[in-house]
Amino acid sequence: MTAYIIRRLLYALPILIGVNALTFVLFFVVNSPDDMARMHLGGKRVTDDAILSWKQEHGYEKPLLINTQASGSAVFTDTILFEKSLRLFLFDFGQSDSGRDIGHDISQRMWPSLAIAVPTLLVGLAVNITFALLLAFFRATYLDFWGVVICVAMMSISGLFYIIGGQFLVGKLLNLVPISGYDTGVHAWKFMILPVIVGVIGGIGAGTRWYRTLFLEEIHRDYVRSARAKGLSEQGVLFRHVLRNALIPILTGVVVVLPLLFIGSLLTESFFGIPGLGSYTIDAINRQDFAIVRAMVFLGAVLYIVGLLLTDISYTIADPRVRLE
Amino acid sequence: MMHFQPVILWTDALIYLLLLLTLGFIWYTRRHEHLMQPWKRVARSRTGQAAMVVLLFYVIVGLLDTLHFHPKSGDDAQGGTIYSTEVLSLFDQIAGSLRTQREKTYSAPFALHLFSKENIEQPDGGTRRDFPRLKYGGAHLNASADGRFWDISVKAATGALQGAVVWLLVLLLLCRLDPRRLVRLLRGELENPWHVGAWTALLLMMLVGGSWELSAYYHILGTDKVGEDVFFQSLKSIRTGLVIGTLTTLVMLPAAILLGIMAGYFRGWIDDVIQYLYTTLNSIPGVLLIAAAVLMMQIYMSNHADDFNSLTERADLRLLFLCLILGVTSWTGLCRLLRGEALKLRELEYVQAARAFGVGNFRILVRHVLPNVMHIVLISIVLDFSGLVLAEAVLSYISIGVDPATNSWGNMINGARLELAREPVVWWSLLAAFAFMFTLVLAANLFSDVVRDAFDPRLRQQR
Repeated sequence: MTAYIIRRLLYALPILIGVNALTFVLFFVVNSPDDMARMHLGGKRVTDDAILSWKQEHGYEKPLLINTQASGSAVFTDTILFEKSLRLFLFDFGQSDSGRDIGHDISQRMWPSLAIAVPTLLVGLAVNITFALLLAFFRATYLDFWGVVICVAMMSISGLFYIIGGQFLVGKLLNLVPISGYDTGVHAWKFMILPVIVGVIGGIGAGTRWYRTLFLEEIHRDYVRSARAKGLSEQGVLFRHVLRNALIPILTGVVVVLPLLFIGSLLTESFFGIPGLGSYTIDAINRQDFAIVRAMVFLGAVLYIVGLLLTDISYTIADPRVRLE
Repeated sequence: MMHFQPVILWTDALIYLLLLLTLGFIWYTRRHEHLMQPWKRVARSRTGQAAMVVLLFYVIVGLLDTLHFHPKSGDDAQGGTIYSTEVLSLFDQIAGSLRTQREKTYSAPFALHLFSKENIEQPDGGTRRDFPRLKYGGAHLNASADGRFWDISVKAATGALQGAVVWLLVLLLLCRLDPRRLVRLLRGELENPWHVGAWTALLLMMLVGGSWELSAYYHILGTDKVGEDVFFQSLKSIRTGLVIGTLTTLVMLPAAILLGIMAGYFRGWIDDVIQYLYTTLNSIPGVLLIAAAVLMMQIYMSNHADDFNSLTERADLRLLFLCLILGVTSWTGLCRLLRGEALKLRELEYVQAARAFGVGNFRILVRHVLPNVMHIVLISIVLDFSGLVLAEAVLSYISIGVDPATNSWGNMINGARLELAREPVVWWSLLAAFAFMFTLVLAANLFSDVVRDAFDPRLRQQR
């Protein structure tokens, strides 16, 4: 097991190098630091001095790949590639273009993101599985048919509609909870409840339908037929056998997104004014703060790879037939 | 002397290419019975019929909006024609007054008055603060607007009737002018449930006719902040939605197919390289990659502003670029599916036999592997469509979507969402965008389900 994990982590390295190279090309080669500086300083009539001082201020004045003026190992280390890109491997995110420490910001803003994303995931999972079991229990009836129709209709509604509609209905018309904002500590629940509800409702359509397919796939298996033949009640079959076996694909689907919960949802957070990583990213995009976007791209890739690894491990725990070699 | 000068934007060209490919595909399919089979299953589905008709209406609007041209603006001294720099589409031309009749600012659907108060000059010279009458909306009514409700009902009914007549004529033509066949069709007595499609079409034609007639006199979905007709905007956005939904797949398709079947067929180091490529791309969360790429494009465009002839051209290129970048983030799924399928196919007897006969790798890929993975490609095209249409709205909201000058549902929502804080609420732009998007996505979702059921051999065996 340990050997497997170590090997997988080593496999992850080339992928992260690839991600790093891609972001490097995207952020420093497609547009040179000069272009970035010009963009930030505004327009074409920017003097070369201004560009140079902007670059010096943000540490972009170094050569891209090889510093011919330096000596020793500084030939490679005193460059943008090393300073801005390779440092990410040590989770040293550096400073944002507005001069703040990105690593510190991320560690601060992670928690509000988690506070919204974790309840949304858990409640959503419970609700979706319940509905899906219900539909699977009443399969091939009108309830099932209309349930699926409603699911497809709910899937077809834009996520923006759920957010705007939820804010409008609950926050403005009914005046139950504040529309947006966040508070520390226990008082945060007031601000959390609406995003969570909206997130859950928005996910019902696709989730329920997906889980229903999983359950129906299991229901046609031989072991289910044997269970029925032994005289087990339909409820018994559904909860004891089908649910347990269907949990394996459900689990793997959930585990892979777990690490990404840190990043939070871009849309939800910016609409509800939650100071998490999602709104952090959106603000960075709107301010065109490339250092932050670059850091988030790298962080996202790392978390995704961790998710894949966790998925594999969770397989062995959930399904004794799977052995990691 | 031409009255217009045709313009082919980049996305237009790709749409024409897509149209040609589709026509070629239809022509090829019709000549092969085994390829027709799944489509016949699609035609036998009632949901499929209804969804297809709705999609057809959207596609027609989108195509009309694709034929772009420079209108004639006058003659020069030598008698030659001068063309305006403005780029119009055939749809703009048809919509006519809908495009040009702008109010000052917000007005509610079917309203006669503006949404905000203004100082109005009185005949006696003084001023009064009130809601002024609209310049165009309901301008044919008298000052006190008597019988507005009656007027709206009559116009809607006339329009709907006209739509129904057109529907009947078209249907009669499709039935080869045989009234008895038409009756049988409408009663659902033909082999396929064509009547579901026909009745859906009637409903839509009446809706189109009614709104057409009304929109000449009223702003049926109100006007937005700068007084532009919301109904017109929603219709113009159809093209953007369709372009994102289809061209994204079109641009990523060659890479996904080629790399996917190559990885599965050749295995070895080719497989390793291709797998590495798509795992790397896949491990970056999609939104972040799109954000990074679009930000870079924005810088490029603002630093190279002179390369673009007009705003339309620039907006169009940005749309195309968005399709490209969405394609880059979404090809990995299809590529993996195709790789898996090719891995399976290469071990099958007919491929082995071809190899034993000394058929080259390239020929095996094209003749034996490619045709047998096409159903996966088709299913993934239709499945991706609705997700891409929804993604456009979200991306435009985060301001990494289409150009702000492009008509799109995302831009409409983005522009209108702050107005919900107003009192009373400006809701029509939002609702119109959501309704148009919902109809398209719902139809696409239903259609893709039908197509998947018809094409996926695994699902067919279950029944």
